[in-house]
Amino acid sequence: MSGKGHIIPIWFFVGVLLLVYGVLILGSGLVEWSHPPDTVLSELHAPVWWGELLILLGGIYCYAFRPGKYR
Amino acid sequence: MTLLFATAESSRLVRLSGIDLVIIAIYFALVLGIGFYLKKFATTGEDFFLAGREMTAWVAGLAFVSANLGSLELLGWAGSAYQYGIVAVHFYWIGAIPAMIFLGLVMMPFYYISKTHSVPGYLQLRYGPEASGLSAITFAIMTILMSGVNMYAMAVVMKVVLGWNLNFSIWVSSLTVGIYVAAGGLFSAIFNEVLQFFLIWFGALLIPILGLYETGGWHGMVARIQQKSPAQDFTHAWRGLGDFQNNPMGINWIGIVFGLAAVLSMGYWTTDFLVVQRVLSSKDIRSAKMAPVIGSFFKMAVPIIVILPGLLGLAVLPMQLVPASEIQPGQHSYNEVLPLMLARYCGPGLMGLGITALVAGFMAGMAGNVSAFATVWTYDIYRPFIRKRASDGHYVSMGRWCTMIGLIASIGTAYLAMGFASIMDYVQALFGFFIAPLFGTVLLGMMWKRVTRPAGFWGLLCGVFSSVTMFFLMKFDSRWVSVFALSPHAKGLAQAMFQALWSCLTCVVVTLLVTLVTKPKSDEELRGLVYSLTEVAHEDHASFLHRPVVWGMVSLTVLALLQIIFW
Repeated sequence: MSGKGHIIPIWFFVGVLLLVYGVLILGSGLVEWSHPPDTVLSELHAPVWWGELLILLGGIYCYAFRPGKYR
Repeated sequence: MTLLFATAESSRLVRLSGIDLVIIAIYFALVLGIGFYLKKFATTGEDFFLAGREMTAWVAGLAFVSANLGSLELLGWAGSAYQYGIVAVHFYWIGAIPAMIFLGLVMMPFYYISKTHSVPGYLQLRYGPEASGLSAITFAIMTILMSGVNMYAMAVVMKVVLGWNLNFSIWVSSLTVGIYVAAGGLFSAIFNEVLQFFLIWFGALLIPILGLYETGGWHGMVARIQQKSPAQDFTHAWRGLGDFQNNPMGINWIGIVFGLAAVLSMGYWTTDFLVVQRVLSSKDIRSAKMAPVIGSFFKMAVPIIVILPGLLGLAVLPMQLVPASEIQPGQHSYNEVLPLMLARYCGPGLMGLGITALVAGFMAGMAGNVSAFATVWTYDIYRPFIRKRASDGHYVSMGRWCTMIGLIASIGTAYLAMGFASIMDYVQALFGFFIAPLFGTVLLGMMWKRVTRPAGFWGLLCGVFSSVTMFFLMKFDSRWVSVFALSPHAKGLAQAMFQALWSCLTCVVVTLLVTLVTKPKSDEELRGLVYSLTEVAHEDHASFLHRPVVWGMVSLTVLALLQIIFW
């Protein structure tokens, strides 16, 4: 692989995806907080804590496997 | 874009909001972006077809499991759990874990040391062009047919669940996969499979969490299932397997242990190039041995997001699901249990994540098929039989073209399946014809140096022929079911298990007989290809916790504990 540069680890892309999805899902959970959708157990506000979990994991992956870390 | 999605408004199971569509669109943009980014890394044959052989054990292990974690598997096995109960878990545990450990600890060293690009490539080295050619051509044809049939089946699911147009689903997903696999080769396929693995877990894990919360935990779920279906045992994995009639799957323990675990799963996990190719991309032999072992732990966990939602569906869904062949307007089939559970618990945002997981699984499965097809066509058919000496760049170019040609052929198969629905049953069965005998051929070749070149070919051919014969005899005359599957009460899956068992035994017997009357290869020709003539590096230098064999034993121990817990 010499001459082509270092490949960005797949884990970084995983982190980006989880982070972006976490923000979107948390946002949708907060928007619907006062009028939750017509789903079972909607009173648990799953999008809020699931979105937070995705943001946390995505953030850890993005930081731990950021491009250039191993150069 | 919304307009393109809109058909069959009245029949769709779920309705996507704007945020859901944004989540899906981001996924498409990311995988295309990754494909173009990886193009500069896929310039040689080793890069394009084997991802440069520089994947870590974790990446190769996740890709190895993900290649088998497509959307149809998710939907189908969740539906099977609803239909058959927890017996379906055998396809994830005893029907997978021992085979994965066997691949990692026993077979992988031979694949890896021989530096082969593929399973047919190993057969070429071990036996010669006859067995290799038979294996390569059948694999290439089957892969394309399977890819097309899966494409059509998934498009139907998208139509039923989301109301998406069939042509839209087929063409958009195919073109996306074609672009990123043709650009980055196996690099792209593996990256997408790892992404898909995370998406599937985070998209589907909320269903068992919220489902168990709703039912009051495992015991609450079991109580509800027993209340709804008191006549059937849906919650014990082994207790009902003493007789074909005592479990909803219509199978007995002999079929599960010998047909599924000892033959069919061994054949699939150790000789199906689609999954083995992921492990061959490992950066060194320790990683190649470790990858399937790592994969085995994740595989053992998959029932949490597949089997458990099916069981929860039995417990909480108010409607009774039916087989797809018996569906009436207003009813839902078994295969719709996962989307129904998704719709039950997930609102906007989470629904988009769940649907993206299904789309990702579908596309990753297709990428796996076309990347494996491109490798086998280029290295095992085109190079040995059509153009023996060409530059590495020529073969990479051929691989890129094959990717697109394979996709177009898959699309053609999808439209064929649209016109002739029964073709799907045959294509699904066709794959099983080759896997079980191939396991016998590869294993004998690895373990016994006396096995000869003609024996490999004739054993494989007779095994396949016996499998095809049994399939059609049982399909068109039910009296044969009690002959081959040992009971007239054996249902479809049980028949497939016994068919695999007998066809593998046929392959082994014919191989042994032909070996006895033909001339073996010299030791020099077999060095590095068979057990007694190969110096396999041991991990004596590695610390205890870095040895694949240690983790393999841990995996098998966890498997045994799970059998006891869910007996």
